[in-house]
Amino acid sequence: MIQEAVTFEELKDFIVATFGAEVVVAEKADDLQPYLVLQTERLAEVCLALHDHEQTYFDFLSCITGIDNGPEAGSMEVIYNLYSIPYDHHLMLKVQVPRNNTPDQAIPQVPTLSHIWRTADWHEREVFDMVGIYFKDHPDMRRILCAADWEGHPLRRDYELQEYYHGIKVPFDQHNELNGFKGEPQQLVGQPTPFSDKREKPE
Amino acid sequence: MSSTLYKNYLLQSEPNKFSLDNLKDGEMIVNMGPQHPSTHGVLRLEVVTDGEIVTDVAPHIGYLHRCFEKHAEHMAYNQTIPYVDRMDYLAAMNSEHVWCMGVEKLLGTTNQIPKRVEYIRVLVTELNRIASHFVAIGTYGIDIGAFTPFLWMLRDREHIQRLLEWVSGARMLYNYIWVGGLYYDLPIGFEKRCQEFIDYLQPKLDEIDTVLLENKIFIDRTANVGILPMDVAINYGCSGPMLRGSGLKYDLRRVDGYSVYPELEFDIPTGTGLVGSVGDCWDRNYVRALECRESVKIIQQCLDRLQGDYKRTPDFDPQAACPKKLRTTGTQELYFRAETPRGELGYFFRTTDRSDVPFRCKGRSPCFSNLSVLHEIAKGCMVADLIAIVGSVDIVLGELDR
Repeated sequence: MIQEAVTFEELKDFIVATFGAEVVVAEKADDLQPYLVLQTERLAEVCLALHDHEQTYFDFLSCITGIDNGPEAGSMEVIYNLYSIPYDHHLMLKVQVPRNNTPDQAIPQVPTLSHIWRTADWHEREVFDMVGIYFKDHPDMRRILCAADWEGHPLRRDYELQEYYHGIKVPFDQHNELNGFKGEPQQLVGQPTPFSDKREKPE
Repeated sequence: MSSTLYKNYLLQSEPNKFSLDNLKDGEMIVNMGPQHPSTHGVLRLEVVTDGEIVTDVAPHIGYLHRCFEKHAEHMAYNQTIPYVDRMDYLAAMNSEHVWCMGVEKLLGTTNQIPKRVEYIRVLVTELNRIASHFVAIGTYGIDIGAFTPFLWMLRDREHIQRLLEWVSGARMLYNYIWVGGLYYDLPIGFEKRCQEFIDYLQPKLDEIDTVLLENKIFIDRTANVGILPMDVAINYGCSGPMLRGSGLKYDLRRVDGYSVYPELEFDIPTGTGLVGSVGDCWDRNYVRALECRESVKIIQQCLDRLQGDYKRTPDFDPQAACPKKLRTTGTQELYFRAETPRGELGYFFRTTDRSDVPFRCKGRSPCFSNLSVLHEIAKGCMVADLIAIVGSVDIVLGELDR
């Protein structure tokens, strides 16, 4: 590779020197994988500098993870795993946003990175779909894995299944009940099938 | 159900990205999939065409979404391994290997794994890599009209499946690699059979080169089609044969050097534009074919060492290093990645204090990022070439949708 791997401290110093100390909200350097928590509003400009600067050159965005910490904690996080192919170094960045505990509160917002790494386009759509964080200025903010008219965001801590989806009962089988699903017991709905009335009842 | 009602349901659940109002003169929207053999699973492509020319394409995914991440939040790490198998069902060993290495890193037991276990792990993952590439190249041949190589390659893949069935008891979804060890040692006589298979396979690889990759029709269909420049590939997060086909010598087995790969000798094949331009569909498939040869080399070295330095002993217990309780300490966050046949498979874990269940687990699928580049490289090609491009990405929808 081109030069010695940059350490985590040097990367942090680079960010602080370029954008000021207030942009790094928190850090954890002694963890299994160290990370920086950045100011949410300035995430995009920091990432643009990390991508473009010739000494950092983070050209590969590996992964974006959205985490819901639950209504008690009242916060949500988005975690970015950056990697630089020529320099072979990693960086984990994090932003934290307040959570909307009820549907009438404003949905949490994070600036998009899809203009820097195009791969962020689909990853951010997935985060939006799964935990319900909106990415500002994203070109195409739609759901990606769930259906477009699905209700709720499945990886939120307080997620509850909708009862019906297009007339299909969503808690599909009784295994749900055995596995701790606390819904109404399964009942046959709709018209009886041609076989249902011919089936013999057990004695 | 009346047809209008059905149409409304379809449009509500998965509306089109492009609307009819914004089309230019002569353009139309063609829907491809989700149930179509050339989409390799349940992938729906919404294609805007101008006659025979594709002007834009939008993939709709999620038809095989099985809530892997939600399941993983409710189960202990070792119980999730069968779910991990079912993500990339063509290369289940590789997925298991990544998962187990990630969990071992969380537990801090990476260096306590016996060498024999590591070599067996690499042996079975490389066997599975060959099987996966065989399906990729074989079905790609079908996509563009070559049927015979597919049958030949499935015939040879069958031997791998039988070997792995002998090892683990299952043909495709193994649950063989456990956190800290293996389910069982290799069966007695496996090394000899595997050696026979390797000797059998090498001429077959030459045969595939001759009959498929050097075939004039195949070259005409794939050379200079779907050219993916290297900078675009990196920006879109492509990895694996997709990125190596674009000419970058980047393989996580070498870059990260996990497991026993630093002790093994193998090359990293890259696309060179031998018959067309660098990064076209032919290059991607050629890289896969060359990788099979490299995997054969790795398997040969593993077999030698499993019969030499790390020989079978009567008292060897592959489950000896398996932790009885998978308790992680403290709140930790880890992104662990490794190379599967399709590219960089990564798992992000966040643990909570003293629990064997992750607070959050995210799977970073290589196919997901690889497919997202589709609209970039498919613009301006013919509709028939779109099939060739989608096939050359080598998607497995189980992993893409998780």
